[in-house]
Amino acid sequence: MLAYIVRRLFAVVVMLLVVTLVTLSIFFLIPKLTGSDPAAMFVGKQADPASIEAVRQKLGLDEPLLVQFWHFVSGIFVGRDYTGGGDTIHCAAPCFGYSFRTEQDVSSMLVDAFPVTLSMVIGAAVLWLILGVSTGVVSALKRGTIIDRAAMITALAGVSLPIFFTAMLAMLIFRTQLGWLNASYVPITESVGGWFGGLLLPWVTLAFLYAAMYARLTRATMLEVLGEDYIRTARAKGLPEPVVLGKHAMRSTMTPILTIFGMDLGALVGGAILTETAFSLHGLGGLAIKGVSERDLPLILAVTLITAACVVLANLVVDLLYAVIDPRVRLA
Amino acid sequence: MTAPLHEKSAGEATATVDGAPDAPGTPGGAPVKAIEGRSPWQIAWTRLKRDKLALAGAFIVVFLVLVAIFAPVIVGLLGHPPDEFHEDQIDPLFGTPIGSWGGVSSDFLFGVEPVNGRDVFSRIVYGARISLLVAFLAAVFAVVLGTILGIIAGYFGGWIDAALSRVMDVMLAFPQLLFTIALVSVLPNQLLGLDGSGVRIAALVLVIGFFGWPYVGRIVRGQTLSLRNREYVEAAQSLGAGRLYILRRELLPNLIAPITVYATLMIPTNILTEAALSFLGAGVKPPTASWGQMLSTAITTYESDPLFMVIPGFAIFITVLAFNLFGDGVRDALDPKGSR
Repeated sequence: MLAYIVRRLFAVVVMLLVVTLVTLSIFFLIPKLTGSDPAAMFVGKQADPASIEAVRQKLGLDEPLLVQFWHFVSGIFVGRDYTGGGDTIHCAAPCFGYSFRTEQDVSSMLVDAFPVTLSMVIGAAVLWLILGVSTGVVSALKRGTIIDRAAMITALAGVSLPIFFTAMLAMLIFRTQLGWLNASYVPITESVGGWFGGLLLPWVTLAFLYAAMYARLTRATMLEVLGEDYIRTARAKGLPEPVVLGKHAMRSTMTPILTIFGMDLGALVGGAILTETAFSLHGLGGLAIKGVSERDLPLILAVTLITAACVVLANLVVDLLYAVIDPRVRLA
Repeated sequence: MTAPLHEKSAGEATATVDGAPDAPGTPGGAPVKAIEGRSPWQIAWTRLKRDKLALAGAFIVVFLVLVAIFAPVIVGLLGHPPDEFHEDQIDPLFGTPIGSWGGVSSDFLFGVEPVNGRDVFSRIVYGARISLLVAFLAAVFAVVLGTILGIIAGYFGGWIDAALSRVMDVMLAFPQLLFTIALVSVLPNQLLGLDGSGVRIAALVLVIGFFGWPYVGRIVRGQTLSLRNREYVEAAQSLGAGRLYILRRELLPNLIAPITVYATLMIPTNILTEAALSFLGAGVKPPTASWGQMLSTAITTYESDPLFMVIPGFAIFITVLAFNLFGDGVRDALDPKGSR
């Protein structure tokens, strides 16, 4: 078990390094392809060549790709010094560098944005997991009935709606027409009620889409499981139906749901870009868009890395949980 | 199952594996009264014909494809050129369309765009071209790449499999939307003889397809792994068949069913991805119309002019829903275990 975890963690680290390197190389190649220059962007519009050159050196943009890569990665673990024009700025670990645009510390930008995204995703996840799985289970047990068909048609409609459209519809109906839930995001540390009110609409919107996906998946998995031999055995040996369903069927049904839940959670924490854009929430997804539209390399690198980290770590946690849920799985 | 890429859903592909048939050769679904042999494809076709929802989906899909193909004719008959400004239709004070319901009239069937008064109907019709073109081509690209690499990984195994699987893992962990926006934002206006919109369309197809192949690859690899040790493959090997022959003649035919299912269900996913990218400003450039881009324009005006938001939103919804209905039908029809 321990050896397994260590091996997987090693793979996670390698994977994150690859993602970083790929992102960095894209932005390293861009100046060569398009003639746009990150250093010139840092200085601003009216920049003379000398100050651009100074910035280039200060930010280390004149160095080869692998050297920049090394500086970025080591900066995360031990901090980094920016030297230029005689003075030195120390950026303490974990250092993701400074924004090209606002010259803010990227780490502190991440720290500000993270709670917003986390609140939104966790709240929605609780909703969609309850709603989606229960709908799917009921649909599977009542297969072919009007309940099943109605639930599945709703779910199909749900997965066919672009989330930014659902978000705008929700805002149009609840905020513009009814005048409810007009509050914007408030940190939970300031006011629990305000936090709840501000996030309710994003939660419901996001949860609707994912509940639809989970309902479809749960139904399909449950139906497959109910056709398995061991379910027939359980019934044949006279176990009461609640035990057959609750203990035997639900366990195997939950395994694939859990896999996807972990991956979705990881991907969303790393940046629910569309939902955040539609609801004007300033989370990691908002930062990502800002970074990309302003070509702010340190910001893009940081958000990409965080997203990828969330996805792979979520996968790891899921694989470990597998062993707990499904007695057939043995980690080796 | 669709993978609504509104927010990149990681696990959707797995859902398709669950529903995907093992191989069309499995004789599970043969009807009792049939005395003559029927191929799995005939059985699937019979089932598909009975599935009313799938047929409705197919009907809408055909209609949309025709709309896209004949866009200039339709707009010539019923609308105005898609990039023609009609400022006379706009209230100069608020920038909203004159008249209720977003300026809907017999002249402007879906109303006009706020501020510049472009014909929404024409832009929706032309937007269908972008949506369908990008979604189709990206699906083809992803399926071809995913099938080839998936078969190679599954059949050859060993370090080839390990390497390809790791590549797929990295790609599935990669933030696709973010990457695409970053890439598109730095693309030059002209590239390899393509102009502005051409460059963007090509970029969208390549990027969406490129991020799509690992999903196909994973499924094909898994199927190949389970097929490669079957008796008929062994038999072919013992008769001296070469590797290429086995790949092409023994394995590929048995992979066509899951690949068909996945390809059909990939198109709606791609439509949503294209719409999302356009919504975030990484789609085709403004004079060219796309549905996602209309929605992103509407985000500032929807409170005063809801119709301009509702119409492109519904265009995406109906299109994706139709493809999903059809795709679900194809999946059920090809599923050897299915009874519907």
